Amino acid sequence: MQEKVVGSTHSKTTGLPRKRFYRARAHSNPLSDSHFPVPLCPGQFDYSLHYPQLFPSSSNNGCVKKIQFADIGCGFGGLLVSLSTLFPETLMIGMEIRDKVTEYVKERISALRTTNPGQYQNISVVRTNSMKYIPNYFEKGQLTKMFFLFPDPHFKEKNHRRRVISPHLLDEYAYTLAVGGIIYTITDVEELGEWMESCLDEHPMFEAVSEEEVKADPVVNLLTSATEEGQKVARNGGKTFRAIYRRISPSSS
Amino acid sequence: MEEGEGNREVEVAPALVAVHPSHSSVVVAVASDLRVYDLSGDRPVTLGDEPGRSNHSDSIRAIRYAPDGELFVSAGDDKRVNVWSVDSWRCIGTVCCEKRVSSVAISPNGLYVCFADKFGVVWVVSVEKDDADQQFVKDKPTPMLAHYCSIITSLAFSPDGRFLVSADRDSKIRVSVVPKEPLKGAHEIQSFCLGHSEFVSCLDFVYTSEYSKGLLVSGSGDSTVRLWDCETGSLLDIFDVGSKVDDFAPNGVEGEMHYVVTDLCASPNDTRIAVAVQSLNGIVLLNCDLPGKTLSIIMVVRIAGEAFIPTSLGTGSGQNLMWMVAGVSKLTGLDSTLPIVLVKTMTGFRSNTDQEPTVQPSNEIPGSLKLLEHLQGSLQVEGPAISAAANAWRLAMCNLMVKKQYSAETREFRKRTRNDKKAAQ
Ligand SMILES: C[S@@+](CC[C@H](N)C(=O)[O-])C[C@H]1O[C@@H](n2cnc3c(N)ncnc32)[C@H](O)[C@@H]1O
Repeated sequence: MQEKVVGSTHSKTTGLPRKRFYRARAHSNPLSDSHFPVPLCPGQFDYSLHYPQLFPSSSNNGCVKKIQFADIGCGFGGLLVSLSTLFPETLMIGMEIRDKVTEYVKERISALRTTNPGQYQNISVVRTNSMKYIPNYFEKGQLTKMFFLFPDPHFKEKNHRRRVISPHLLDEYAYTLAVGGIIYTITDVEELGEWMESCLDEHPMFEAVSEEEVKADPVVNLLTSATEEGQKVARNGGKTFRAIYRRISPSSS
Repeated sequence: MEEGEGNREVEVAPALVAVHPSHSSVVVAVASDLRVYDLSGDRPVTLGDEPGRSNHSDSIRAIRYAPDGELFVSAGDDKRVNVWSVDSWRCIGTVCCEKRVSSVAISPNGLYVCFADKFGVVWVVSVEKDDADQQFVKDKPTPMLAHYCSIITSLAFSPDGRFLVSADRDSKIRVSVVPKEPLKGAHEIQSFCLGHSEFVSCLDFVYTSEYSKGLLVSGSGDSTVRLWDCETGSLLDIFDVGSKVDDFAPNGVEGEMHYVVTDLCASPNDTRIAVAVQSLNGIVLLNCDLPGKTLSIIMVVRIAGEAFIPTSLGTGSGQNLMWMVAGVSKLTGLDSTLPIVLVKTMTGFRSNTDQEPTVQPSNEIPGSLKLLEHLQGSLQVEGPAISAAANAWRLAMCNLMVKKQYSAETREFRKRTRNDKKAAQ
């Protein structure tokens, strides 16, 4: 590969961006008003910018394929990279609120595209506040998988409303997921694990996925093995708490 | 400082008007005052047991009659929601909330009162009957749905009662399916109506007996009125106030808030829509072609003389009359801190009338001077005070709705000086 096009913020040997140049504050406050562009509605999301090989020009945007997987709070993008080759036909996006982290993921994907021609064309990332703008990116029932992996815990009671899984936000996730779609959550914080599970349990539009199905799902292992946070927890021998639920139609209420 | 909490000093609340569905009474709210005039009996109404008192201790931000006309609800900055029985004008219940209330609605079946707080949560309480067949309000509200941390500016039930529509200052309109048991929450989202590029300020439904489901109309800070199919969330038409109303000479007001749509009012069981715009002394009258799914302008109705820029519009069903108020809760700068409000009416509102839409002179308003004296608090409102009120309202709206664009330095400074940060160290 052509090493010389890659700057010093990138590894000489792999062409991948180095994480330490993209460090950022550990937590962002999702409540504060940020200023990044947000599509006014899903139709205005420019697929050609994100998946240029699959959507060569913005004019044929009205076409068939839409994003089906979303990794919410994707961090450094490890999950997307693994899913990309596992589901090469599926379009996926990571949503991340931290600017520098988003930049890192962008660089990472573009480096992977360069080193592996024809591959990693189906993944991308946007900087956004997922708690506010999910409906701006996806239509009703568009997604088949949503990931919430090792989200920020926001321990204090008064900060629970900043949690990315909450009874009210689940309404929006239920809207965005197709019936049968799966929501994956995992954390190493026991209290948060219980919270996410109870929110999902009490929601009329989600039901727990059975243990057998969880075992048979190739994605489940990636929740820990492919994510940067998951790897960290595994290195430290920490416990993880999973809640995997399916979007169902509400019983005619 | 949390989002949505503006500077209290510059906070000015607009005067509001609501008209009984069968035009038997009209209510004006300004500051903490609720002023009711009985149109059938042609007399001012004294509220409840406490003469002249509204039970509110701070600015009223939202008033609404139930679609069946039995109840009336008022709420605002004092974090209280008062529910009134319209027959007796007795307050049948007060609900206390944790946050200030920005919007209210009553379900078409009259069983549920919904209200939104300034953090984007919509709460619901049920109205029930006791053994003596007296209506009362269950005092503990339950959260029904939420817009993540945004001010909810408007709530509206669809005419058939199937949907509850909520609009916010982030330009989002959410359409929720009203469940059989609203107290368990409205979890199923029917659609989002997305397309406004600024805050959404107002919502209403246009419907007729042939098109009973109706279409949703919204007004926004992006100076458009939009028409939606709320079942699918599809945008059907856009009326751009700024570009289409070219004979529209604003009152020499400079700044970005020129054509902000502040309120709209659809004539019930009809196709006309009156639109109030930030700097227009008058209203824009639109027509909605329901089968064709389009909006078109009929005319701009101007109000001669003073700077009457309506802050709120209202009408009753089957009425050819549209009510307008202009005013604010208080004026800073002028000596007086009294609320200011002016009331006017326009005839020729409905589409089936031959009458040219015209603003009525004071003596032709129903109730005439007696009504004006009661609802305005005085017959004489000075010209400069009215202009000052219009300006105060424009500024307040700007402060509340337009997102603060902090420079990078200010943002860093705000971060460093935040209280929660200090406490965490
Ligand atoms: C602890 S990290 C986990 C990252 C990744 N999922 C993993 O497992 O490696 C949580 C991430 O969520 C992001 N985040 C927090 N709130 C967010 C929001 N409202 N919208 C988008 N991203 C958010 C944070 O910036 C952070 O990168």
